[in-house]
Amino acid sequence: MNIVVLVKQVPDSGADRNLRPDDNTVDRGSANNVINEMDEYAIEEALKIKEAHGGEVTILTMGPDRATESIRKALSMGPDKAVHVVDDALHGSCAVATSKVLAAALGQLNADLVICGAESTDGRVQVMPHMIAERLGVAALTGARKLTVDGATLTAERQTEEGYEVVTASTPAVVSVWDTINEPRYPSFKGIMAAKKKPVQTLSLGDLGVAPTEVGVDGATSAVLEHTKRPPRSGGEKITDEGEGGVKLVEFLATEKFV
Amino acid sequence: MSEVLVVVEATREFGVKKVTLEMLTLARELGTVSAVVLGGAGAAEALGAKLGEYGAEKIYAAEGEEIDGYLVAPKATVVAELVKRVQPAAVLLASSQEGKEIAARLAVKLDNGILTDVVGLAADGTATQVAFAGSTIVKSKVTKGLPLVTVRPNSLNPSPAAATPAVEQLTVSVTDADKLAKVVERVAEQKGSRPELTEASIVVSGGRGVGNADNFKLVEELADLLGGAVGASRAAVDSGFYPHQFQVGQTGKTVSPQLYVALGISGAIQHRAGMQTSKTIVAVNKDGEAPIFELADYGVVGDLFKIVPQAAEEIRKRK
Repeated sequence: MNIVVLVKQVPDSGADRNLRPDDNTVDRGSANNVINEMDEYAIEEALKIKEAHGGEVTILTMGPDRATESIRKALSMGPDKAVHVVDDALHGSCAVATSKVLAAALGQLNADLVICGAESTDGRVQVMPHMIAERLGVAALTGARKLTVDGATLTAERQTEEGYEVVTASTPAVVSVWDTINEPRYPSFKGIMAAKKKPVQTLSLGDLGVAPTEVGVDGATSAVLEHTKRPPRSGGEKITDEGEGGVKLVEFLATEKFV
Repeated sequence: MSEVLVVVEATREFGVKKVTLEMLTLARELGTVSAVVLGGAGAAEALGAKLGEYGAEKIYAAEGEEIDGYLVAPKATVVAELVKRVQPAAVLLASSQEGKEIAARLAVKLDNGILTDVVGLAADGTATQVAFAGSTIVKSKVTKGLPLVTVRPNSLNPSPAAATPAVEQLTVSVTDADKLAKVVERVAEQKGSRPELTEASIVVSGGRGVGNADNFKLVEELADLLGGAVGASRAAVDSGFYPHQFQVGQTGKTVSPQLYVALGISGAIQHRAGMQTSKTIVAVNKDGEAPIFELADYGVVGDLFKIVPQAAEEIRKRK
């Protein structure tokens, strides 16, 4: 099975994150950039499917030059190769444009199965799997916590607010996964060394037949007008329990009219 | 006034969700409200009264197995056709998994911008969003097409405004391409009478400090006494104390209740990402240096196994 995993480099969600003052896009320059955590689960799932059914796993990333670090990190877990869509014109692309670019790249990769994380930790927009599926005319099984592959049939279990659903589709398809689906492997030393030699193909917008005017800040279908930092919360009253902590807690709740 | 479409979110068990009432309330400021019901046979009939109560002047209904038996693609096709026909001033969906997914497909079908996790929308289409785990407030706008936004639960207080909606059944013309992802089974899991986590006005969460799955009864008891939902930190979920669907944080649910009670939660950034826009935060933790106290309006340093039962007892006394 030919599997493509979408990997996004994001600013570390454990650190301070900002929008740029000049063009209101995500500040990737000052941030510590890492693989979107959820994508590691997508890579793990792809590797498990390859181990069970054979095939090839390709990483697909759209991002600036420095996303190479995340691509090598992804490859060190075990995928065979990577494709990096990189073009200066892509800076500031909206979700709609991003899906157009990724769909164009996937059109050249002939994937049976596209796997991605359910959301990225920067935008948390969750729209990419369905946008790509819509463009490619293939099925999207989203938010999988369990995935079974039987020939060309995919069956996924997805969490809903009321319980869970079992959903099924045939390949080709896009599947997004939550972090409950598996436990990603750590790259081995051998894996890290091997990743340095794995092929990484770069594609430009020209290679994909997408016009620069359709992407980037100018081609975006939505715009950030302004952004402000929320004042950080400050801690209020803190008491140490000396036997009456529970009662005092309820007194506070009562003054705030929660009790 | 121009028409505003609100795509209704409802559950089989409880009917119209609170976020839908919030969307109806918000939409009334923008134009004449039409609710779009997408579901199984009889859905519009079942939900109609409530939608009217919050100001829906019209209900568009697309119902049946063709709509309900698949993941969101048929729903998006129906809404896209409706948008093309009625040319609404805006389309509002819930910022839930399903709402975002329908909106995603609509954006591509209509080549239209999309804004998610919106907490406010002005008449000129300017949306307010919170980004980066609530640390940044963003004003943004769809610049191509109509305002297509998903609204985050607990963004505003829903208020009723009675209307008597006329129901229009939509002809469903979904394509084979819309029926590629089939729902073969829906399993309802026990839920009890607690409010849904993202919509609850009070959330009581437990963390690693709760110690084990059995002790979560304490968290549940306090939640029930306060009429709130139960949440859990990632550490608690990863340790198997509580199911994943109740996880609050970066890789779980984002909540923004009136009151958030954190029990035995240290307040790692991963957790704060999911709850720091809560209006009032209360924390109980044995470590006085725990970062959760930096954002708690009221903190009690001490043993939660003593403090929580005492608090529960005190609430009972006051009732």
